[in-house]
Amino acid sequence: MLEVENVVTRYGAIEALKGVSITVERGEIVTIIGANGAGKSTLLMTICGSPRAASGRIRFDGRDITEMATYDIVRLGISQAPEGRRIFPRMTVLENLMMGAVPTDGAHFEEDLAKVFELFPRLKERQSQRGGTLSGGEQQMLCIGRALMARPRMLLMDEPSLGIAPILVRQIFEAIVAINRERGLPILLVEQNAYQALKIAHRGYVLAGGRVVMRGTGRELLADPEVRAAYLEGGH
Amino acid sequence: MAYFIQQLINGVALGMVYGLIAIGYSMVYGIIGMINFAHGEIYMIGAFVSIIAFTLLGMLGISWAPLALLLVLLVAIAITALYGWTVERIAYRPLRGSFRLAPLISAIGMSIFLQTYVQVTQGAKIKPLQPVVTGGFTFEDASGFTITISWIQILIAVLTLVLMAGFTWVITSTPLGRAQRACEQDLKMAALCGVDVDRTISLTFVIGAALAAVAGLMATLYYGVIDFFIGFLAGVKAFTAAVLGGIGSIPGAMLGGLVLGLAEAFWSGYFSIEYKDVAAFTILVVVLIFLPTGILGRPEVEKV
Repeated sequence: MLEVENVVTRYGAIEALKGVSITVERGEIVTIIGANGAGKSTLLMTICGSPRAASGRIRFDGRDITEMATYDIVRLGISQAPEGRRIFPRMTVLENLMMGAVPTDGAHFEEDLAKVFELFPRLKERQSQRGGTLSGGEQQMLCIGRALMARPRMLLMDEPSLGIAPILVRQIFEAIVAINRERGLPILLVEQNAYQALKIAHRGYVLAGGRVVMRGTGRELLADPEVRAAYLEGGH
Repeated sequence: MAYFIQQLINGVALGMVYGLIAIGYSMVYGIIGMINFAHGEIYMIGAFVSIIAFTLLGMLGISWAPLALLLVLLVAIAITALYGWTVERIAYRPLRGSFRLAPLISAIGMSIFLQTYVQVTQGAKIKPLQPVVTGGFTFEDASGFTITISWIQILIAVLTLVLMAGFTWVITSTPLGRAQRACEQDLKMAALCGVDVDRTISLTFVIGAALAAVAGLMATLYYGVIDFFIGFLAGVKAFTAAVLGGIGSIPGAMLGGLVLGLAEAFWSGYFSIEYKDVAAFTILVVVLIFLPTGILGRPEVEKV
């Protein structure tokens, strides 16, 4: 459904992605693991056209989206819960969710809102609170909820477990699995918490220095001695 | 006491005009972090369009003041907004993503260009306007001193209040206003939410220019004379008002405008009219030293 083919992304003189190819099929959870600076977040942002790929092609549902504007890509159905959550701090929780619904132009807003509140009841309690006053975990829920409000056909998630209390991490990962199962929504998940990510993923890629250095099913990668040594030892 | 009230009335009318211009500075700064130095010229163009429209209506024989005013208001808003849109499109948008000073320099260039353009096409002489709205209310207090509220002052106040109410509604409760606030808080995330960021920025310039056009029309009616250079001082003062209120804050811009207008009116009334501009800019200096984020501004927080 999503094909990233030989994509190169540059920030000025720095080549952050040096020819990355990945695919995500319908209904899959695909994870990308790798160290800091491996290019994971750059890959997700490049898929959304910000920054644009310097070379290579990105296709979504058969359409070439490499040169498209970010907002057009989002309107085609790719939503992102980005790195650092990027909640609008001076908007209420409800307004943040309204911003998520921009691509649908407000159609079926109430229905989608009810679904998000069902998934994260905490957001319902906090709906008139400002985004900037939420805890890290609540912000992550809001971030995912906002992405879902767009009725995406694919969800990109960047480090949803970062900086969150361990008890909430489990809840977030459970929510990811639930979203994938119940809605059949394909998810491309970037994580530093490689163990958790590989456990729920159908397939995974290991990114290092801007290149894909390994690929396989979640289970294969979990069992791989190199992956274990580099990304899994010393803590789950 | 009567004299005090008179200065208060004059100051509020003047302050509202500054406030309307200041909103344009503040909104643009809020969204793209640049000072649009050509904004004063947009106000000046609003004033010129108004005077030209009045002349044309006079030639057509439309002289009933309420109708003439309404038509001129609509024409001034439409044409000035078009200027605002064009300036952003040709002078700022191509420079987005360039180094931080580039659009600022371009803005100064645009300001000089617009001034010269009006000077060349309209002439350098002062343009007078036949009084359109005359008269007002006069009250006399016990000591025999009179207070006058002119119709123009009432018009300025009513129009500004209506515009502010409408504008506040747009910002707080419409999809466009939400998109503007989203862009102001996180441009990149707004794009990831599917907001057409370029279009939102364009509309911000259009709204700012429309408010400046109203200010231009009001000032033309109030003072009765304009020339190609009025945008400079009005622009610098409105910018001062925006900084005073807290740049980026829209209620702050209106508040800053009022404070500045009152300061100027009282200074002119009690001290010396020649030094009123000195008073205005002294306020700017004092605010920058003791209250750098302005009255309603937020402290600048470093983004992670």
